[in-house]
Amino acid sequence: MTAYSITEPSGRSKLVAGLLVTLYTIVTLLPLVWIISTGFKSGPDSISYPPKVLFEPSLEGYVNLFTTRTRVAAEEFQNLPPPETWYDEIVRDQGMVIAGPSRFGERFLNSVIIGFGSTFLSIFLGTLAAYAFSRFKVPLKDDLLFFILSTRMMPPIAVAIPIYLMYRELGLSDTHLGMILLYTAVNISLAVWLLKGFIDEIPREYEEAALIDGYTRFQAFRKVVLPQAATGIASTAIFCLIFAWNEYAFAVLLTSGTAQTAPPFIPTIIGVGGQDWPAVAAGATIFLLPVMIFTILLRKHLLRGITFGAVRK
Amino acid sequence: MAEVTLSGLTKSFGATRALEGVRMTIPDGAFVVLLGPTGAGKTTTLRLIAGLDRPDAGDIAIAGRSVLTDTPAQRDVAMVFQQYSLYPHLTVRDNLAFPLRSPVLNWPEAEIARKVAEVAEVLRIAHKLDNKATQLSGGEMQRVSIGRALVRNPRIYLMDEPLSSLDAKLRADLRIELKRIHSDLGATFLYVTHDQIEAMTMATHVGVLDSGRLVQFGSPREIYENPVSAYVASRLGQPRINLLPADAFGTAKAGAAQIGLRPEHVRIGEGQPATVRRVEHLGDQTRLHLTMGGHDIVTLADPHTPLCPGDALSICPENPLWFDASGNRI
Repeated sequence: MTAYSITEPSGRSKLVAGLLVTLYTIVTLLPLVWIISTGFKSGPDSISYPPKVLFEPSLEGYVNLFTTRTRVAAEEFQNLPPPETWYDEIVRDQGMVIAGPSRFGERFLNSVIIGFGSTFLSIFLGTLAAYAFSRFKVPLKDDLLFFILSTRMMPPIAVAIPIYLMYRELGLSDTHLGMILLYTAVNISLAVWLLKGFIDEIPREYEEAALIDGYTRFQAFRKVVLPQAATGIASTAIFCLIFAWNEYAFAVLLTSGTAQTAPPFIPTIIGVGGQDWPAVAAGATIFLLPVMIFTILLRKHLLRGITFGAVRK
Repeated sequence: MAEVTLSGLTKSFGATRALEGVRMTIPDGAFVVLLGPTGAGKTTTLRLIAGLDRPDAGDIAIAGRSVLTDTPAQRDVAMVFQQYSLYPHLTVRDNLAFPLRSPVLNWPEAEIARKVAEVAEVLRIAHKLDNKATQLSGGEMQRVSIGRALVRNPRIYLMDEPLSSLDAKLRADLRIELKRIHSDLGATFLYVTHDQIEAMTMATHVGVLDSGRLVQFGSPREIYENPVSAYVASRLGQPRINLLPADAFGTAKAGAAQIGLRPEHVRIGEGQPATVRRVEHLGDQTRLHLTMGGHDIVTLADPHTPLCPGDALSICPENPLWFDASGNRI
């Protein structure tokens, strides 16, 4: 007779689970692998049919992403001095010369400033608000919390036109500050609600002990509550950053130059000198990196965080 | 070290009255134990003195000065909580050093290290100093939280059932240790417990709370021998006092509704017939569970008593306590 264990799964269920996980991993990773590999293809390889799985890697996409190029007349091209750098050479091979740097670097930096800036502000304000809601008698607390949540009940883009007009009047259009404030406004409700859940779980006896031990309320918050809320803060920060980082619609509407982020910029590459898929893919790959690194850095907090406090210490 | 005076202390939580007009003076250097069932207001009293809650009415004075407007830090009290008292993100060492690093005290690190080592030695947790607080057993955690109070030299120590989660041996050791600290430092203690041995052995004074009111305050002996009511009488004494209808043994004192008999106040050998129901041999004593005319009575017998369940004997009261219909002592 076979004995069944409720804690140790049988070999067959392990196999099925393993297959499902593998399948899911392939389905999820395939687009990512495709984007990353396209970034290293040459122009013709990127549009060849059937698609090339094995190809000669090229940095053409990355060079194109960071440069603007011009075509010069054939006789002039012949008379050019030999290329000075490896990227000059890649561009020459396409029959063009480098005209100058592209705007991708600036746009990417804008994304970093606006993404991390709004994440920091959302977490900073969200933690203080969540602490107050969790610990103090706030008049109309439930109504206020509902109001904060209600700002998420309609898709943000539904208020695009009022915001556009408002920003134009206030001079916030196409500014870093404007975008940081906008993304913070969208994220703050998520931050307050998530963080309140985490702070609620920290027994108030800890702060009371600290108060008696000679600390002020704020010092107790900083030394006792914050370290214990680190998990919640980390996972909330990831959610906020992912939203601000990927946001496209407002970025298109409200930014065009100074504060334009990477998402509205990357598609414009398609239009420059034909459909330059390797450059688009290279842009997408670089764009992925910060969120990926940020998530990897905070991953030890993430698993507990996204269960929203279901797992207790 | 200081005298603590509570006058007319009243506190409600919503519709629940937690404390009602509590008046008590905790003399300088006293070890006061608060007794009472869950919900009697013991913890609330500690929290009000510590400044964690504000009273609805009444005053709290430490060393003759009202502290109602002071923050917990300004009151200079140390408190041991029943649970959740250690900071889980800190090591045992940092937990013990936490009060000494506060802006109020801000000791030099060398002094802190010396004091922490000393207290860790007393509480036998020196080998765990570098562990995270979460890696300790329940008993070790409780010792560290007592330690966090002991590193300081506050005006009053407030302790909320600090020994309740410890095993019997450790509890006995720490009882002696706390008592030693009390007499060495001459510190003032306000101590909440359910444990009668703790109350009887450590206390210089016992306060009995009933539904938020202080019903009696006195020495442990006084509370045990001269309780003002049946309620107070049943707070102290193990086994508990036997409470029977006043006429259970025939004649009753005028106006009495209940007769209260401590187990040692039941004399075996004469009087009413009773039957042995159960015999508990505890080593140093033997408890007899008797039935007398439909009433259950617990009494003590010689450790080597030959009595067995089913045996018949006669009992009569000796120095009984009499209570009226509302439970007050006559």
